[in-house]
Amino acid sequence: MSRRLFSAMLIGAAALSLGLPPAAAQAPIRIGSVLSVTGPASFLGDPEARTLRLYIDRINQSGGVLGRRLELVLYDDGGDANRARTFATRLVEDDRVVAIVGGTTTGTSLAMIPVFEEARLPFISLAGGIEIIEPVKPFTFKTPHTDKMACEKIFDDLRKRGLTRVGLISGTGGFGASMRTQCLRVAPAFGITIAADERYGPGDTDMTPQLTRIRNVQGGVQAVVNADFGQGPAIVTRNFAQLGMGVPLYQSHGVASRSFIELAGPAAEGVRLPAAALLVAEQLPDNDPQKPVVMAYKQLYESTQNQPVSTFGGHAFDGLMILVEAIKRAGSTDGARIRDAIRQTRGFIGTGGVVNMSETDHMGLDLSAFRMIEIRNGTWRLLD
Amino acid sequence: MDQLLQFVFSGLTVGAVYALVALGFTLIYNASDVINFAQGEFVMLGGMVTVFAFAAGVPLPLAALLAIAVAVVTGLLLHRFAIEPARGASAVTLIIITIGASILIRGLAQIVFDRQFHSLPAFSGEEPIRVLGASILPQSLWVLGGAAAIVAVLWLVMERTLLGKAVRATAANRLAARLVGIDTTLVLAFAFGISGAIGAMAGILITPITLTSVTVGTLLALKGFAAAMLGGMGNPVGAVVGGLALGLLESLAAGFISSTYKDAVAFLVILAVLFVLPQGLLGRRGVERV
Repeated sequence: MSRRLFSAMLIGAAALSLGLPPAAAQAPIRIGSVLSVTGPASFLGDPEARTLRLYIDRINQSGGVLGRRLELVLYDDGGDANRARTFATRLVEDDRVVAIVGGTTTGTSLAMIPVFEEARLPFISLAGGIEIIEPVKPFTFKTPHTDKMACEKIFDDLRKRGLTRVGLISGTGGFGASMRTQCLRVAPAFGITIAADERYGPGDTDMTPQLTRIRNVQGGVQAVVNADFGQGPAIVTRNFAQLGMGVPLYQSHGVASRSFIELAGPAAEGVRLPAAALLVAEQLPDNDPQKPVVMAYKQLYESTQNQPVSTFGGHAFDGLMILVEAIKRAGSTDGARIRDAIRQTRGFIGTGGVVNMSETDHMGLDLSAFRMIEIRNGTWRLLD
Repeated sequence: MDQLLQFVFSGLTVGAVYALVALGFTLIYNASDVINFAQGEFVMLGGMVTVFAFAAGVPLPLAALLAIAVAVVTGLLLHRFAIEPARGASAVTLIIITIGASILIRGLAQIVFDRQFHSLPAFSGEEPIRVLGASILPQSLWVLGGAAAIVAVLWLVMERTLLGKAVRATAANRLAARLVGIDTTLVLAFAFGISGAIGAMAGILITPITLTSVTVGTLLALKGFAAAMLGGMGNPVGAVVGGLALGLLESLAAGFISSTYKDAVAFLVILAVLFVLPQGLLGRRGVERV
């Protein structure tokens, strides 16, 4: 007998004996999700999917939401924006979900936004690109930090160290290209000069030519910033060490997973990156408001999934919890009312930071949500 | 000067891998007129099997041998169950079969392994060697030396052994080879097996530098194909020259022109070769008898 059937019978029996309508007879609240569980972004989508399943099970075990069970309808788009859009339509028309937590990459999220906006269903994206929430769309939210914030955090750290001439090396993929644009845009505000601007393609296996160009640029550079995720930054980091560049190297939050340190090896020593508090959960001071949240998530995830947490799964946790709290506050599963409740999210403490949503800010994070981290002795070290 | 030297080191390392992939193309093309687009998957198998065997505790040299064996068996199976049953079909049909096979191998590898990127420890340390202001990794020397050794052994086999002579005879004229008693099916199976081994060795040598995942094969197959075209399809020396030349072109283009269009170089080369020099740098001119 399946566990679901067993618990349904148990609840049914209990309800009969009390003469109340059985809770299980009420339709479950359906939450939709489209994630890139396979394909090139699988290292993002896989922990996201695991997190959603894990926490929806837990919420159901403790009584569900509004007395109803939650039901997750999850599709895997394989990283393909076209498939994501098809699944988005299916979630709206066939599955009749009340809200959506998903969209692993900026590309798949942007493809799905029009579908959910037209259906007037709240959509909490788990992707980084700032285009998702700027300009603000009525029903679209996101939980991860933006690439613009990553640039600002890095430049802020550079300014503190008195470094102003920066070499930028970015991947031509969606994330790298978008972060490059944002970094170029915000650099002047921090007094940073982008002295060199090099790029490499997805799947490139050798970036020594680009780094050599950066090293030999007129006037030299005082630091190098790499905007990309996946294997590219690992190769950049190795080539950087090979060439003995002799200046600090900054990576983005896109490499905030254990595999980056493994792939880059000893070359990763001394690399700095902005990342969410989750990455350094144990090192947070005890009075940090995020500490209990990130420690609880980390312990539950690692003990049930047998793999280290990544900040990407944390984004899914934040998205789901913001949604669940909003449904509770709205006391309804009506799309517009849930949306209004999400907008009223104040002081929500998630793995990504403290979230304060508003009519004009559908992400609700500020720069304090990012921590500057350095890789030392093969592990993350909190700097500030 | 040091800048140019750095680009040359970078280009030769990448070029050596393109050369080995191109060599695999050449062997099979000579024996059958088929361009085996699953060649990149042999490289992927070489890297991935070594990574997983090594992670499971197998010593690196044994893991490498195991990976080569897996690639050889895959090559033989590909020949036995995909190419051989379609014997007599046109070369284009066979090429399409190899594309299908490459998708199948990649799909199976995703199930057997995982979709993450992996690395191997360098064979002799990570400390770069400085030469005239440029730096080269010891592993790059392994790649270049390994590629040279593979080419030398292959040349000896082709020139000095009966089997090698049978391959060359089949390449020269299949019908005549069959008439003098050469088992051309066996020769073709041999070509697939050896191509698998060469691809796997390339994959093992390069993984400590470039990392590997189940998806690396596709781009390498395209680059190797461009290299083989540049050198002259069917000419082993041309394959090596074409591979090194393509690697150098890419690296110099990224270094001196723009890094954004690095990958475009390989495809511009294919177009240029097709328009200007269809037989490649060292290829034999195709003669159509009418």
